[in-house]
Amino acid sequence: MNFKLKDIGPQLMTVIAVVLVFGFFTYNAQVNMENRGIDFGYGFLSQESSFDVQFSLIEYDGSHSYFRAYLVGLLNTILVSVIGIILATILGVLVGIARLSPNYLINKFAAFYVEFFRNIPLLLQIFFWYFAALRALPLPQDAEAMFGISFLTIKGLFVPAFIWENFNIFFYSIVAAIVAIIVIRIHAKKVQETQGKQIPVLLISVGLIFILPLLSFLIGGVRLSFEVPVLKQLATTSFIYEGGVSLPPELIALALSLSLYTATFIAECVRAGIQGVGKGQKEAAASIGLTQNQVLKLVVMPQALRIIIPPTTNQYLNLTKNSSLAAAIAYPDLVLVFAGTALMQTGKAIEIVSITMFTYLSLSISISLFMNWYNNKIAITEK
Amino acid sequence: MFKYLKQLTSLVAMIAVLFTFTTESMAAKKSKTLKNTQKKGFVRCGVSQGLPGFSNADAAGNWTGVDVDVCRAVAAAVLGDANKVKFTPLSAKERFTALTSGEIDILSRNTTWTLSRDADIGLTFVGVNFYDGQGFMVRKSSGITSTSQFKNGISACTNIGTTTELNMRDFFNSRGISYEPVAFEKADEVVAAYDAGRCDTYTTDKSGLAAQRTKMKNPDEHIVLPETISKEPLGPVVRQGDSVWEDIVRWSLNTMIEAEEYGITSANADSMKTSDNPQIKRLVGAEGEMGAAFGLDNEWNLRIIKQVGNYGESYKRNIADTGILPDRGPNELWTKGGILYVPPSR
Repeated sequence: MNFKLKDIGPQLMTVIAVVLVFGFFTYNAQVNMENRGIDFGYGFLSQESSFDVQFSLIEYDGSHSYFRAYLVGLLNTILVSVIGIILATILGVLVGIARLSPNYLINKFAAFYVEFFRNIPLLLQIFFWYFAALRALPLPQDAEAMFGISFLTIKGLFVPAFIWENFNIFFYSIVAAIVAIIVIRIHAKKVQETQGKQIPVLLISVGLIFILPLLSFLIGGVRLSFEVPVLKQLATTSFIYEGGVSLPPELIALALSLSLYTATFIAECVRAGIQGVGKGQKEAAASIGLTQNQVLKLVVMPQALRIIIPPTTNQYLNLTKNSSLAAAIAYPDLVLVFAGTALMQTGKAIEIVSITMFTYLSLSISISLFMNWYNNKIAITEK
Repeated sequence: MFKYLKQLTSLVAMIAVLFTFTTESMAAKKSKTLKNTQKKGFVRCGVSQGLPGFSNADAAGNWTGVDVDVCRAVAAAVLGDANKVKFTPLSAKERFTALTSGEIDILSRNTTWTLSRDADIGLTFVGVNFYDGQGFMVRKSSGITSTSQFKNGISACTNIGTTTELNMRDFFNSRGISYEPVAFEKADEVVAAYDAGRCDTYTTDKSGLAAQRTKMKNPDEHIVLPETISKEPLGPVVRQGDSVWEDIVRWSLNTMIEAEEYGITSANADSMKTSDNPQIKRLVGAEGEMGAAFGLDNEWNLRIIKQVGNYGESYKRNIADTGILPDRGPNELWTKGGILYVPPSR
């Protein structure tokens, strides 16, 4: 009996202490808010927000609710995080491999990039890219067309919009191609295991993903046309592009700075991962007659990934959380729209900050869970 | 004569401080904020992060502006020294939380008095020290001279967390114009982005436009359009629940405005004590018991006028002489065609 108490005693006391501390703060906040006539409640979420947002993935204007404004901010945060994660991963892997290159110039350039970008505070980089871009980019009327159809200006990047006819047929053709590729891969694996023959899976896959959608154009009646942005005059010296799709410079600057910054850390993870695979492994693989590509694909990468994934997960989480610096350059993310404007218009500080914190927590945990799942999947399965 | 003026004022101030402490009355005991302020020895005042004419710090950290003067007036009234103020610069987003959480005791930060702010979030507006309205700034070269020339697709830079965002929507919506709002957290970034050409127009309170224009690379390239799209009565705010403190701030502001109405200035305040007009005598503490209800001595209002000046002096010093808004417009006294009208001190 005594032995058990000794075991659970400290834990019990910790739990009681945590509950007491939280209880004290909650009670205190309640009393203070009551004294100052502040109501507590989440009812405001269904009220009309009556403010507009610059950039939104879903239909939104001020006549929608605060909850809808929350969704707008959340989606914008997810958008910039996803773009940032993809760009940072591509750049990070390239730079990480470049750092191991025997070529002196590539090697040193990659090292310089990593040291430079990871040692400057991110907020400063965001300001730099935003205001440098604003100063450097041309006004809409002075912009040179890129490929004749896109315009990069101080008011954003204007690209043509796709206008589809029979889009669903095109979509199904891509789905069919993906299903076919999966089937072929499974088949190829079986063939190799039973007969030792290799089927050129990659070549077939690339062929399928091009040919099936192409067929949908030729015989499926799919038509694609472009709506090219057109310059419109607002006043003597004010212009804007109309039509097409516009990406605000705030989004571009934020995605750019987040990915340039995070890529340096990912590059280091990649370098460490590849270097962490023993030299003997490569030599052994080569000695049994595997080609250079096979060595990389079958021996080095599977082992390197196990070292790379966990710290890279951290970088993905950091990037997502760092995206909240968007508020500094007017990109309407969760912090700017919800914990900024909505908080000010309603005065519901505690409610809104708690929702925002919980949202970031959920985002981080989701990324973390996904990466853990992936990490377990590629981990060595002991037989 | 001037040689001794400084010593004289500090002597008066010292005596005033002693006087304030010795006359701590029932009101002072009732007002927690007043008691705390006198104990600390300074007024805790929330101001902007730099808006010339309203609240702006110079290189040496000295704050000036009409919003700053409200806090200085309160300090002169309750502590006897207009310099005993601790200024806390706040963003639009932080300001109300700072006040309700007790970090500051007066928020004097070009804040618009609206129903929802007054009623909902534990604040009380005590008066109006500047009648403002929202306007638009554009580049002169754009050829725009009126908001009626705005077209679909116009981009507008502004601050988040202000009534500006809401007014802007009402304005563009009612005219059926589609627009791109670009909202920043800090005013400096708004100005930088607009100045770089990111937006076609910059919108905020007209006084703010006039003040920020002075910060631009080339102020002459920009004009403020004549239209005013909203009412923006700006004024000091206090926490709900301390009515004595609320009254002190309200009547400190009222004293400045009323002093101008009766021609009492920082220079002639002392000589006004012997005036024939009883209303003037009440404003300089020579008649009646005007401070007792607040737990203050009788010369609290005299100190405000002497140390900070009347509203007209404050306006001239901070807004007119700095070239921000030389014309007082609606912020002229009601007797001179404006709408400044305060209840009488009696």
